[in-house]
Amino acid sequence: MQFFGSSEISPSPPLPTASGNNAHMMYVFNRNGVCLLYREWNRPLRTLDSNQDHKLMFGLLFSLKSLTAKMDPSSVEKGNLGVPQLPGQGCSFHSFRTNTYKLSFMESPSGIKIILVTHPKASDLRESLKYIYNLYVEYVVKNPLYTPGTPIKKLLELGLDFTSKAFDVRVDVQISEAASAMLFCAQLIIDLLNLIWGEHYLISFYLEDKVRVVYTVELN
Amino acid sequence: MAPVVPRSGDAIFANVERVNSELFTLTYGAIVRQLLTDLEEVEEVNKQLDQMGYNIGIRLIDEFLAKSNVTRCVDFRETAEVIAKVGFKMFLGVTASVTNWDAEGTCCSLILDDNPLVDFVELPDTCQGLYYCNILSGVVRGALEMVSMKTEITWIRDMLRGDDAFELQVKLLKQVPEEYPYKDDE
Repeated sequence: MQFFGSSEISPSPPLPTASGNNAHMMYVFNRNGVCLLYREWNRPLRTLDSNQDHKLMFGLLFSLKSLTAKMDPSSVEKGNLGVPQLPGQGCSFHSFRTNTYKLSFMESPSGIKIILVTHPKASDLRESLKYIYNLYVEYVVKNPLYTPGTPIKKLLELGLDFTSKAFDVRVDVQISEAASAMLFCAQLIIDLLNLIWGEHYLISFYLEDKVRVVYTVELN
Repeated sequence: MAPVVPRSGDAIFANVERVNSELFTLTYGAIVRQLLTDLEEVEEVNKQLDQMGYNIGIRLIDEFLAKSNVTRCVDFRETAEVIAKVGFKMFLGVTASVTNWDAEGTCCSLILDDNPLVDFVELPDTCQGLYYCNILSGVVRGALEMVSMKTEITWIRDMLRGDDAFELQVKLLKQVPEEYPYKDDE
């Protein structure tokens, strides 16, 4: 999944915001409440630590879904509030809007919930959420190294391997001019990633031909 | 939300990436062959194929849901129809038919007239207990489990054992509704 900015993931038309960034946050949960992915692009206020934040979000959506299904005027009454429902069954809410943000939600019958928090003037984002679900399928589900039910941490892209961990810096270089150019490149990439995502990355960089650069950045 | 008509299996099949069917058949044959060499016991191989199918099924369901746009099936009958017409078509390129419903509507048979896994295959005498296509039963079981249905799937008729068609019996054991996963501790 390449999330270098929200404009790539959202096919909806651009909105009148000054920064150009339409989405504020994105969550992906699975049916057991595990937060598979959390990304934020614009979140000025954080009141809880991330675990509690995820639990709160999941709980909110679970309850809202339950409530909206029970209040559905068009379906036959099915038990009392709090009786568990099958994912995707009955009616399901798809967005709510406050004066400062809009939250759009999509749940697949397999229990994967995708949540996008955006600018309140955002249009209906169901197509975007479906698009994200397709991306999830292509890059996460089909990734043989991904264990279903665990948070999405590892991104595989071409020959570059990114994972996030905490550790030491170690550079191992075999000298050549190409190597130092590559080092410079790798440093740039790391800085860029830190800037975008605020996490620390490990990059292993292997060149196939005569030059072998193993550049591993491990950060504490 | 305007109901989106599920695209028929043919339309989706035309859109997904496909591989050569002989390659697929031969690869599957090689896998079974290797399992037989490694495990030697036919029962073990059957179990292993089922487990492999299960692991495939739990991932396959997301791809199926994303590409086929089906909404939640109302009952098990609809589920079986969707599996037979859309699911099998999308992934194997063949459609199955659904028959033999029992009185409560929880048990049915999927009949495959054409099975790409068994082209060119003959079972030798030493492997007579082998369910060659057992991976399919695992796939369906895994996929249904991810949509909260616990099922039991067995092969009733198997062409490699001399019957005239492939018949898979799908029995719904129970529907497991989702529960709030967090305990009330924090």
